[in-house]
Amino acid sequence: MSVRTLRIDGRDLAVPEGTTLLQAAREAGIAIPTLCHLEGLSPVAACRLCLVEIEGTDKLLPACITPASEGMVVQTATPRLQDIRRTVVELLFTEGNHVCAICVANGHCELQDLAVTTGMDHSRLPYRFPARRVDLSHPFFGLDHNRCILCTRCVRVCDEVEGAHVWDVGWRGEHCRIIAGLDEPWGAVDACTNCGKCVQVCPTGALFHKGDTTAEKHDEPAQLQALVHARHHQQWNP
Amino acid sequence: MSGILRVCTAAGCAGCGGSALREQLGAVIAAATTGDPASGLALKGVGCLGPCGEGALLELESASGRRLFGGITPEGVAAVAASLANLSPGTDLGTWAPPAARPIDLEQPFFRLQKRLVLEHCGRIDPESLAEALAAGSYGQLRRVLQENRPEAVIEQVRRSGLRGRGGGGYPTGLKWATVARMPGPEKVVVCNADEGDPGAFMDRSVLEGDPHRLLEGMAIAAWAVGASRGFIYVRAEYPMAIAHLRTAIAQAEDQGLLGAAIAGSAFGFQLELRVGAGAFVCGEETALIHSIEGQRGVPRPRPPYPAEVGVFGLPTLINNVETFASVPPLLAIGAEAYAAIGTTNSGGTKVFSLTGDVRLAGVLEVPMGTPIATIVETMGGGAPDGHAIKAVQTGGPSGGCVPANRLDTPVDYESLQELGSIMGSGGMVVMDDSTSMVDVACFFMAFCREESCGKCIPCRSGTVQLHLLLQKHLAGEADAADLAQLESLCHMVKDTSLCGLGQSAPKPVLSTLRHFRGDYLALLRPEPEATPEPVP
Ligand SMILES: Cc1cc2nc3c(=O)[nH]c(=O)nc-3n(C[C@H](O)[C@H](O)[C@H](O)COP(=O)(O)O)c2cc1C
Ligand code: SF4
Ligand code: SF4
Ligand code: SF4
Ligand code: FES
Ligand code: FES
Repeated sequence: MSVRTLRIDGRDLAVPEGTTLLQAAREAGIAIPTLCHLEGLSPVAACRLCLVEIEGTDKLLPACITPASEGMVVQTATPRLQDIRRTVVELLFTEGNHVCAICVANGHCELQDLAVTTGMDHSRLPYRFPARRVDLSHPFFGLDHNRCILCTRCVRVCDEVEGAHVWDVGWRGEHCRIIAGLDEPWGAVDACTNCGKCVQVCPTGALFHKGDTTAEKHDEPAQLQALVHARHHQQWNP
Repeated sequence: MSGILRVCTAAGCAGCGGSALREQLGAVIAAATTGDPASGLALKGVGCLGPCGEGALLELESASGRRLFGGITPEGVAAVAASLANLSPGTDLGTWAPPAARPIDLEQPFFRLQKRLVLEHCGRIDPESLAEALAAGSYGQLRRVLQENRPEAVIEQVRRSGLRGRGGGGYPTGLKWATVARMPGPEKVVVCNADEGDPGAFMDRSVLEGDPHRLLEGMAIAAWAVGASRGFIYVRAEYPMAIAHLRTAIAQAEDQGLLGAAIAGSAFGFQLELRVGAGAFVCGEETALIHSIEGQRGVPRPRPPYPAEVGVFGLPTLINNVETFASVPPLLAIGAEAYAAIGTTNSGGTKVFSLTGDVRLAGVLEVPMGTPIATIVETMGGGAPDGHAIKAVQTGGPSGGCVPANRLDTPVDYESLQELGSIMGSGGMVVMDDSTSMVDVACFFMAFCREESCGKCIPCRSGTVQLHLLLQKHLAGEADAADLAQLESLCHMVKDTSLCGLGQSAPKPVLSTLRHFRGDYLALLRPEPEATPEPVP
């Protein structure tokens, strides 16, 4: 296997060819914030939180999909990047309705964690208070669009791992909405196997188990990773 | 008497009397008996004649030359037809003055300074007649290159011509073709981007409506050069006439063995399909366009991989703009060196612009690259009407910027416009007079981007909304210096972080007007509250 050597935040690293900058950084214990990315699902590079600076180009590149190449010099946490990340988090909070104190995911929410790590203690941009709905038609799960950040993890896990393709993105721009089936109530979509994978990977309190109450939801991406690994390597008894 | 009557029946004129004019003149000519002045006249519905703002238009060609008449209204059509029917015997077409029509001087700069290569046949031939296209020389270059059978030589010609992508990016076309040609694999695809979604742009439409065979020939040459056997034209649904003319042209070309299997008796086959897009601006972005052709949701994906490697159905794909493909036959006809000599060092050839806004003569024109903007908007377009002065010229639509009046000497080429913070774009050129608020202009384009954002990435989906709100706040006179600073920094953030070209360039109209017309923004700021004077003890 051929090796690529590069420098991330001043540390010299050697990684196998094909490794992404995100994987290389994580391997070395360097934290880069992510949201849309989830190991085990196809990458979309949509949230732009993982953008990094690379010497020799003005373009910021998403670490989650950029392969490490020989001699790359990468900065992951410059003041410019930190300000960008804070702004991304502000843009996310202001476009939805996030009331952490009463959210099922309070304390276990990736968005909330990001607000903490990026120092977003208040938004410099105005809140938009959009009118959004809640879908409680499914017997076991619920979807609160107010908390959805459109990361499409649910769309991808249901399509790529469960093979049910219940979810999609409907409309466009600020009107984008996660839709079940052909924009039907979730409970009316026969394709859903009730597997709960979408709930497991949802980084916020948007998808939840009915019956969970404030602060009771924990997302479980590790279960997904174990499943994908098992399928990929045909190893069912780790 | 003999002669040709040409009526512009392209979309710009069809609705304002062009269609009715052709119909009624046709009836007069059909009813004429031998000896009547109208008998023996040829009548053609043609594509865009150029000065679209003057429609409906009628061109008379006789032994004594060509004369153009404009300003014919739907109400005036009957009078024009009656006048033709009642011409006294012996009248020559060269002396007929249609009533209720304004003569348009064909020697004025608008026509004289043009260099029509892409639009060579547009407005001359009937776009629905393959015979006329063939008589004008269409498919001659395709036949020739097939006979010579040296695809690398064609790519080399395109490279040496200096032709760059007319879809806005200006990527060297020869290089793109060479990259796709080098890709391994037996199956490749050629795609024509005819989405033309920028407000104020209608150049591609005039080619599609006025001379579709020119595009088909260009695409077939490209397909042969890069080794593709399938092609798609992705055209927006808002262009019904373009779609109809393309359908007709494809069927005609297939019928004559100029498309389909074994083209012009060679071993080369090229299957061309039309795909009609539902008119989303983002579907003009090449990766979104590919998804849309594949039947998926039209959203962009990160590049690399570029379409040249992974395109339609995962196959190596060449994507070019309408005008890029349509430039190929004339380029090959005059030769790469002659073509390159027309433009500037870095931008070869000609460029079609659609000129609109506060300008006397609006329409579609084709000029050599490097022509100063002033020549286009002032000399050719006649400047701003009603005693106003030009304040700025907007190029590149929602992805571009404004060139201020004191920089109108700037030549139109990719680099010069970029230096000014605008872009060449696909060719929309909107003239704004001194009554225009540049904040208004910036707000209009931001509203457009907000509406057209696909919503995939956060900076564009949510950032364009916040930017639009900030601009509205300025227009309402409620913004202060901190809002202006926030507007500027958010512009940079959205530009630097968005996933595709739409979001990356959405802030450009704001940044460019902030650069050249900061005063317009400052004038709108809320006055700082006056400090209350200390009470005198
Ligand atoms: C938001 C967006 C819209 C675009 N719209 C068009 C379009 O309508 N027509 C077009 O030819 N290119 C458009 N482009 C550029 C295409 O992505 C692509 O670069 C072009 O079709 C390549 O052809 P060319 O090399 O001949 O210019 C657009 C790009 C973006 C980012
Ligand atoms: S529960 Fe499973 S099948 Fe149903 S929508 Fe979620 S991931 Fe898809
Ligand atoms: S419901 Fe959850 S997983 Fe799905 S897009 Fe919204 S935030 Fe992401
Ligand atoms: S920049 Fe805008 S249009 Fe492009 S992918 Fe992001 S949201 Fe979609
Ligand atoms: S994690 Fe890389 S763009 Fe979202
Ligand atoms: S559309 Fe008739 S002249 Fe342009």
